[in-house]
Amino acid sequence: MPGQPDSPLCVAVLVKQVPDSAEIKMDPRTGTLIREGVPAVMNPDDRLGLETALALKDSLGALVTALSMGPIQAVDVLSEALAMGADRGVLLSDRNFAGADTWATSFTLGRALERLMSQGPLDLVICGRQASDGDTAQIGPQVAEHLGWPQVTYVERLEVEGRELRAWRRLPGLVQKVLCPLPAVVTVLATPQAPRWPLVDRLLWACREAAPLEVWDAADIEAPAARTGLKGSLTRVVKTFSPKGQRVTQWLEGTAAEQSQALLAELRGHKLI
Amino acid sequence: MAIWVIADKCTGCGLCVKACPYGAMQVQDKLAALGPRCTQCGACLEACKFEALGSDLADEPRPDLSGYRGVWVFCEVQDGALARVSLELLGQGARLAAELGQTLATVLLGEDVEGLVPELAAQGADRVYLAQDAGLAAYSTLAYTRVLSELIATHRPNILLLGATPLGRDLAPRLSRRLDLGLTADCTELAIDPVDGGLWQTRPAFGGNVMATIVTPTARPQMATVRPGVMALGPRRDGAQAEVVRHPVRLEPGDLLVRLLASQAQGQRPVDLGAARVIVAGGRGCGGPQGMELLAQLAQALGGELGGTRVAVEEGWLGQARQIGQTGVTVRPDLYIACGISGAIQHRAGCLGARYIVAINRDRRAPIFSVADYALAGDMFKIVPAMLAALKGAA
Repeated sequence: MPGQPDSPLCVAVLVKQVPDSAEIKMDPRTGTLIREGVPAVMNPDDRLGLETALALKDSLGALVTALSMGPIQAVDVLSEALAMGADRGVLLSDRNFAGADTWATSFTLGRALERLMSQGPLDLVICGRQASDGDTAQIGPQVAEHLGWPQVTYVERLEVEGRELRAWRRLPGLVQKVLCPLPAVVTVLATPQAPRWPLVDRLLWACREAAPLEVWDAADIEAPAARTGLKGSLTRVVKTFSPKGQRVTQWLEGTAAEQSQALLAELRGHKLI
Repeated sequence: MAIWVIADKCTGCGLCVKACPYGAMQVQDKLAALGPRCTQCGACLEACKFEALGSDLADEPRPDLSGYRGVWVFCEVQDGALARVSLELLGQGARLAAELGQTLATVLLGEDVEGLVPELAAQGADRVYLAQDAGLAAYSTLAYTRVLSELIATHRPNILLLGATPLGRDLAPRLSRRLDLGLTADCTELAIDPVDGGLWQTRPAFGGNVMATIVTPTARPQMATVRPGVMALGPRRDGAQAEVVRHPVRLEPGDLLVRLLASQAQGQRPVDLGAARVIVAGGRGCGGPQGMELLAQLAQALGGELGGTRVAVEEGWLGQARQIGQTGVTVRPDLYIACGISGAIQHRAGCLGARYIVAINRDRRAPIFSVADYALAGDMFKIVPAMLAALKGAA
């Protein structure tokens, strides 16, 4: 149990599978995105979260569970997490979870964390600051509220001592050092060490049938359909449009001085400078 | 719950294919077909002009929301002064409130912040909800969430806007979960639906490659965070008065769990291109560190950050943290000035989210110009110094 001197620190890391932004190609004629065949990867900020947890495993012997929600293919990021050093992977996958906004996603993740806590102690939840495909940065604080735990966001360094954590928060032009009791939720935007590479032998192990990977569905976490997926979402996308449709290239001609004057006038006109 | 194609009505026009944000819709044999990527977001339903898409998504009962009135702006206070983004939100909030025929209120939390009330009134606030307590002197997630959720439960606003600052992005999601409210992050446009009066919240999605308009159909207030620098200030109303509504603050020990131990200003600010409003970026055309130094001067003169391409980083002209595009960061500043960058697809993908893109390159055929708002074919070593000179002259 937490609080007893010999029990290991129990950490859950939230990881998301996202389209690899480096592999996104554009149709050179239309300037629109080609989504076909874009490989899926672990969200970069979540990799930092995992590294933060694995550093706690190195220093304190923490037990690290990686938790993801997504289609069944998202199990790949959990295999990678195991190969990097996580002890256990849990994928939340159910047709009912599809189309979730952040409220419904954080509810689903929250229920899964509660199930983890019914199986054993949980002291710390680590998330990446934000996902590269949504950029909302909402899941961390929303999961913290679901659990009723304090949150520390924008963390670049983390230490755990006893039942407290010390975190260094990176804000614009400022670093804050804060003290927070456990259990807590932390969102991470950097790590002192670059995230470690997956180990080949661990990757082979992680891909075996006996690997500690589980898939939980809505029934496993007792998540009612009305609170998950699109149905449980409080926001709705009503329209999408291409911002590039509005981009009309305007050529500024003349000598360098004339071009620069014309440009600065345009930028001032749009209040950009 | 599902979406289906009504074959008799579908003309295979493909509008739904264009509308689908998930690439799940295809036209096969002159009929629309839904693929496994469908998340049932409903974007296609809106797009179809032939009523050829059926769904049971819209059948949810809508609660009576008429009791929620007023536009609220959460005021962020920095070093005793109002953050600029809060003033921008007041400008936008006033426009929304006028359109709805409702009042504009602000929420002001802190220890001794009452002196800011006249400025809020001058910026357009009709009413100020004021909560003062020593426990609110510095921002803390839990204490601020408690006070704001009490205020919302008591006064039932229709819309709540916060700046998409580190503070706003820490507070808003916490609050949205406590009160079970929808929340849209990082909006760049806000408008009122002329039919039902709901708030249209528009934000970049998929790394800025697509804009998405989002609504909150059933929960009030409608919550959104708004990117700093996007909304215009409203007209000043010097001498205007605002009604002050004082809110008694009773914090509990559980609200003060996280303690601030130290706060240190960073002389050497860590690079965060993602938050930069202006980015000047260089590529192979910089030719070396001197070219990059020239761009650094321009970045400084514009109050922006310096970035660059993979080539610039690999050549050692620039630190890895400033690499934009493939294996670097995706940025969406208000202004992106690409100098000496040909615009490989991997680089363009990283900067397309910018509001305005300026490209300066000697080669008129460089692909970067295809995504530029302003194209300057010419030598950056002549154009950039001319800009610097003009900026200096103007200062």
